[in-house]
Amino acid sequence: MTMKRLLAASAVTAVAGLAASASQAQDLTLCWAAWDPANALVELSKDFEAQSGITMNFEFVPWPNFADRMLNELNSGGQLCDLLIGDSQWIGGGAENGHYIKLNDFFDANAISMDDFAPATVYAYSTWPKGTPNYYALPAMGDANGWFYRKDWFARPEIQEAFKAEYGRDLAEPKTQRELMEIAKFFQGREIDGQTVYGASIFTERGSEGITMGATGALYAWGFKYENTPGSYDMEGAVNSPAAVEALEFYKELYQCCTPPGYDNAYMEQSLDAFKSGQVAMAMNWFAFFPGLYADPNTGGDKIDFFVNPGQNVEASTLGGQGISVVSYSDNVDGALEYIKWFAQPDVQAKWWSMGGYSCHRSVLEDPDFVNSAPFAGDFLEAMAGVQDFWQEPAYAELLLAMQERLHNYIVADQGTAQEALDGLIADWTETFEDEGKL
Amino acid sequence: MTESPITRVARATPEPVSRRVRGLSDRAIAWIFVAPTIFLLLAINIFPLIWTIRLSFTNYRANRLNREVEWVGLRNYERILTDDGIWMNMQATAHFLFWTIVLQVLIGFTLAWLINRKFRGNDLITTIIVLPMMLSPAVVGNFWTFLYQPQIGLVNYVVEFFTGIPANSFSMLGSVTLAPWAIVIVDTWMWTPFVMLICLAGLRSIPDYIYEAAEIDRASKWRQFWTITVPMVLPFLMLAVLFRGIENFKMFDLVVQLTGGGPGNTTLLASIDLKREAFEKWRTGYSSAYAIILFVTVFGLASIYVKALNKVKER
Repeated sequence: MTMKRLLAASAVTAVAGLAASASQAQDLTLCWAAWDPANALVELSKDFEAQSGITMNFEFVPWPNFADRMLNELNSGGQLCDLLIGDSQWIGGGAENGHYIKLNDFFDANAISMDDFAPATVYAYSTWPKGTPNYYALPAMGDANGWFYRKDWFARPEIQEAFKAEYGRDLAEPKTQRELMEIAKFFQGREIDGQTVYGASIFTERGSEGITMGATGALYAWGFKYENTPGSYDMEGAVNSPAAVEALEFYKELYQCCTPPGYDNAYMEQSLDAFKSGQVAMAMNWFAFFPGLYADPNTGGDKIDFFVNPGQNVEASTLGGQGISVVSYSDNVDGALEYIKWFAQPDVQAKWWSMGGYSCHRSVLEDPDFVNSAPFAGDFLEAMAGVQDFWQEPAYAELLLAMQERLHNYIVADQGTAQEALDGLIADWTETFEDEGKL
Repeated sequence: MTESPITRVARATPEPVSRRVRGLSDRAIAWIFVAPTIFLLLAINIFPLIWTIRLSFTNYRANRLNREVEWVGLRNYERILTDDGIWMNMQATAHFLFWTIVLQVLIGFTLAWLINRKFRGNDLITTIIVLPMMLSPAVVGNFWTFLYQPQIGLVNYVVEFFTGIPANSFSMLGSVTLAPWAIVIVDTWMWTPFVMLICLAGLRSIPDYIYEAAEIDRASKWRQFWTITVPMVLPFLMLAVLFRGIENFKMFDLVVQLTGGGPGNTTLLASIDLKREAFEKWRTGYSSAYAIILFVTVFGLASIYVKALNKVKER
């Protein structure tokens, strides 16, 4: 009798175990950075759970550790993520190292057309080699680096008057990088409502990608190019062109003249904090944060407005944003593909935008009402029309860290000249491309 | 007289088995006991070390499993040893190592000497002093980041109070000149209690009768300090220096939290740079060579130091 009971208990346990593992196989884990749009995606995904019966789990990692954590996960063949919304620069490594599943056949079989998505986002988030019709991700979250400012301060008559007296023009959203610096200088150290305020909060972070993402906002505006001819890795004269040197000197001056004290290692969070605490007149950050900023009870609403990264020689913005990929090590690839199929639908994309995500679907972006759907929607469209991205090579991390080091040394640590920094950067990148066998 | 359990077990053991057991020498039994430890040591320490040495002669990258691995000879070592940036990192590490040890020994010994006197509240003060070393380095790093913040940090206000220099006019972690000292201060704050405890153990190990004999010989307090206290505490002090030296040579967490190696590369210690090369840039072969160079350096220095320590003990 005892033996029979034991056998029965073992059988029940085994069945329960198998059932649990079968149900786990139905679960999906989506990995992304921990930020506002991720929370919106959790809400949006509830519709998918209801329709498919698949339970969604989420793994969100704070931005400063996101690349480190997720690239380690991919490189070790980890099965944590079934779906990964990875940075655009990871696409080369994801494709060449076999981390991401190629989606062309799946798209064809399910009538998902890349023509339905904004071309710039398809190029940046989905293709490898760049520009070829080889898709490793579906454009999920359009993004670019933009600016926001204290509209209520700008509107004050005494401030308007003082600015006009100093610069001979009205205080308004800057149209060029030079105008931006003038405004930043004007506000730096000014007393407003009994508090000392500062000009602008910009990216200066050393550890991950911050200072590169910030400084490229100026570099691209001056016409910076990575190569003389795309795909040639011919960098001499492009990376260290006179315009690039001028842009880098500009960014250093902006850091030195117009940022709050102690903002020598600042990225997204610090920029948001500086603005929300009323310390700065202007701040740079990713469009992804703009819905949250607009909704902020203290500094949002009527007190805030947004503008696209000002041009100088050309109109250009630093690309952010990500595509959603299926991780090849997943044990639920079918479920992950089902999620992508669901996410690609126009009505889901429309809801995604309404909840705070930046859809890349043309049905959303080309809707006549889109521009007026949010105070930053028009700026977003304008920014996405001129976005430029960092290298998307498999050696992206190495290329990025070299730039981080060179820029931080020059801008924050005040070592050497802009010319030396960019010449050194070419030397670093050349070494990397030689190791890669591309030079 | 009843038989003991051992005798009964021995009697019950079949003859062939007992013969086999009797046949094992002491050395064989010793090996049986030591073998698991040796196996673990080989698997966890020696094999990875040999593997790392092997990788250091290749261009292997752990994130490119489908790329062909090439034998590059001494190229990785040559690149590291001729890289100005790495020598700058070594200088930053040496600066950090030297000043943290000097300050921790001076302050730690002084505190131990003061605490060693009998006074009311001695135990409570000792407990309060050792609190910093009980905290996590990540917590200490975050905590001091706030203390160093130019606008709200206490440190800048204290400096302003004593010197008149405006609090928000300088940044301890953002200045090339100040940042190397900022990390020295935090490490000293955290680890001086450790040195103090070791010194305290040394001070308390000195028998009272030696001082009593010195008193009878009318030796002054100053002379007692230099001829009794310092020589007898010296082995302990040297041990503390060894521990702190090895720890700080591989310092990572605290400095990453405080400065991340910046501004620029001012506080980029060798261990932080090594981690970047190995797990952010994924230059596995190159970083293996880097690790071997650091290992040989710290092993060589530690060996020389241990020999000196043994000589001091023998005196």
